[in-house]
Amino acid sequence: MTAGGSITTRSTPQHVDKRRTVRIGPLSGVVRTRQLLLPVVAAIALVLVSAVSIGRGDYPIGLLDVLRTLVGAGDQTQQFIITELRAPRIVVGALVGLALGLSGALIQTFARNPLASPDTLGINAGASAAAVAVIVLGGGSSAAAGLLGGLGLQVAALIGALLTALLIFVLAWDKGVDGYRLVLVGIGLGAVGYAVVDWLLTRSDITDAAAATVWLTGSLNARTWDQAWPLALALLVLVPVALALSRVLGVLQFGEDTARALGIRVGRAQATVVLVAVCLAAAAVAAAGPVQFVALVVPQVAVRLAGGSRPPLLASGLLGALLVVGADLLARTVLPVALPVGIVTAVIGAPYLLWLLVRGRRSIT
Amino acid sequence: MTAVLAHPELGTEATPRVRLAAEQVRLAYGENVVVDSLDLDLVDGSFTAIVGPNGCGKSTLLRALGRLLRPTSGQVVLDGKPIAKTPTRDVARVLGLLPQTPIAPEGLTVADLVARGRHPHQSWLRQWSRDDEAVVAEALRWTDMLDLADRPVDALSGGQRQRAWISMALAQGTDLLLLDEPTTYLDLSHQIDVLELVARLHAERGRTVAVVLHDLNLAARYAQRLVAMKDGVLVASGTPAEVLTEQLLDEVFDLEARVIEDPVSGTPMVVPVRRLR
Repeated sequence: MTAGGSITTRSTPQHVDKRRTVRIGPLSGVVRTRQLLLPVVAAIALVLVSAVSIGRGDYPIGLLDVLRTLVGAGDQTQQFIITELRAPRIVVGALVGLALGLSGALIQTFARNPLASPDTLGINAGASAAAVAVIVLGGGSSAAAGLLGGLGLQVAALIGALLTALLIFVLAWDKGVDGYRLVLVGIGLGAVGYAVVDWLLTRSDITDAAAATVWLTGSLNARTWDQAWPLALALLVLVPVALALSRVLGVLQFGEDTARALGIRVGRAQATVVLVAVCLAAAAVAAAGPVQFVALVVPQVAVRLAGGSRPPLLASGLLGALLVVGADLLARTVLPVALPVGIVTAVIGAPYLLWLLVRGRRSIT
Repeated sequence: MTAVLAHPELGTEATPRVRLAAEQVRLAYGENVVVDSLDLDLVDGSFTAIVGPNGCGKSTLLRALGRLLRPTSGQVVLDGKPIAKTPTRDVARVLGLLPQTPIAPEGLTVADLVARGRHPHQSWLRQWSRDDEAVVAEALRWTDMLDLADRPVDALSGGQRQRAWISMALAQGTDLLLLDEPTTYLDLSHQIDVLELVARLHAERGRTVAVVLHDLNLAARYAQRLVAMKDGVLVASGTPAEVLTEQLLDEVFDLEARVIEDPVSGTPMVVPVRRLR
């Protein structure tokens, strides 16, 4: 048995590799610099981009004034504009991105497939079908317009997403969840969902169709604290659970047999991972519509930036938030027409997906 | 189906403790029954090879012994307790299992792979103790993988990869180790390399080992005890010399063969003549 090629320097038997270790009392863990640095950098960038975004609009506010107001030291006009008019949009955007990034990272790691995400799993399609049904069948364009601002649409999308998730579960479950089976079932259900959307759109009048189309591309327009709070509460529960799953995910990655041999209760672990991922995606789609490609692209970007064998969870969430807030800023300011954020994330995401596909199969098995 | 030898256990001293046992297990995939009413004991410190033709149920049996497959009737008993009723994490501290073609996630380094073997000993707060590090370093050194610790597993050759997995199983620190065809896809010298490693785990580390093997000559050379299966039934069990007879090869493998003495190890060696039936 020869090592061949370049051989790293032999370490002393007490040290396994170049990893840095932290041990405080009974606590111990491994510190990987890049994996620690990435979320920090992403969080700082997120705060800055958010502050810039809050400042931009018909009544521009400087970056310093924004930051001053956020810590509670601004004047009253600015206070009102920022906290009541602009912050909800940014907060919803950031939370949606966070939820989608995390959801994508969970599903991709679990399915061992970089193409698995809430987009391909049909969850967005289910939410879309339900939301469009409310807009189109909800009785007239004025009612639809009223619902758009209110909670009705949000609840409908949430129910649509969760029902689809339940169906995916029921259809994909076979003494556990196989990654491939999950993706295939999801693609099938997604096709059904979007067929329903198309059918509804063809028999709707033009105003409803326009309202539905805006919702379908994923938009942060007219978002208020009414959307932000339920989403924030959902994430308050889901994010800690998702982060706590990290250790189990690291073992589930090896496939069912090895995971079970290492003492994981595979069925329960798989169900928890998929459930948390699906709930995150459902909460996001309910708040902002199906913002495309964030969940698909961000985890793959994160794993390339951080290194390692799987998308880092926290960094994926923060980069997702950064992408959505940044795309919204672009959509509102740089582009000549104010586009829904979903179009911009798709324009950034789709070429990346193509690049991934052209690069050939990656970590399929 | 004649039993060549009913129940030969090693030595005449006090009967060694049974660590892992299949009791009247019936194993099935859906309607398809693969193994029926099978009994098998693995005693402490033994090295058992399970052999048999393709589809005889030997891998299925190993999966059941490692609680990856739940018997439809009968039970598997680990250290006197039904394995199905023991928390899977507790089992993972005593019993290690290497599946036939384990999957390493792309980009995972050898060190990370081997470190994952510590999972049953870790908790959310205690993720990388001094103990873990010492055990993993020792496992890497012992399998001669220390120099490759920073390499991604997917960049290794087949033989090195199998060593990395065995290193992980070693880091898991279990008394019992089940291996499902660990030599598949390896050339002869790497087959020998892997089996030498397993034999050393048994001899130097006192591990109780059970391994599913295709190559009868290698099984006879390395294992103390052979178990031959056919059509889901245990046909023979005993020392290699007791099991590998010309009559058994005829019965179990439909093979006309001569059995001679291996000039190197003195164990029986099968020289095939032709396929019967």
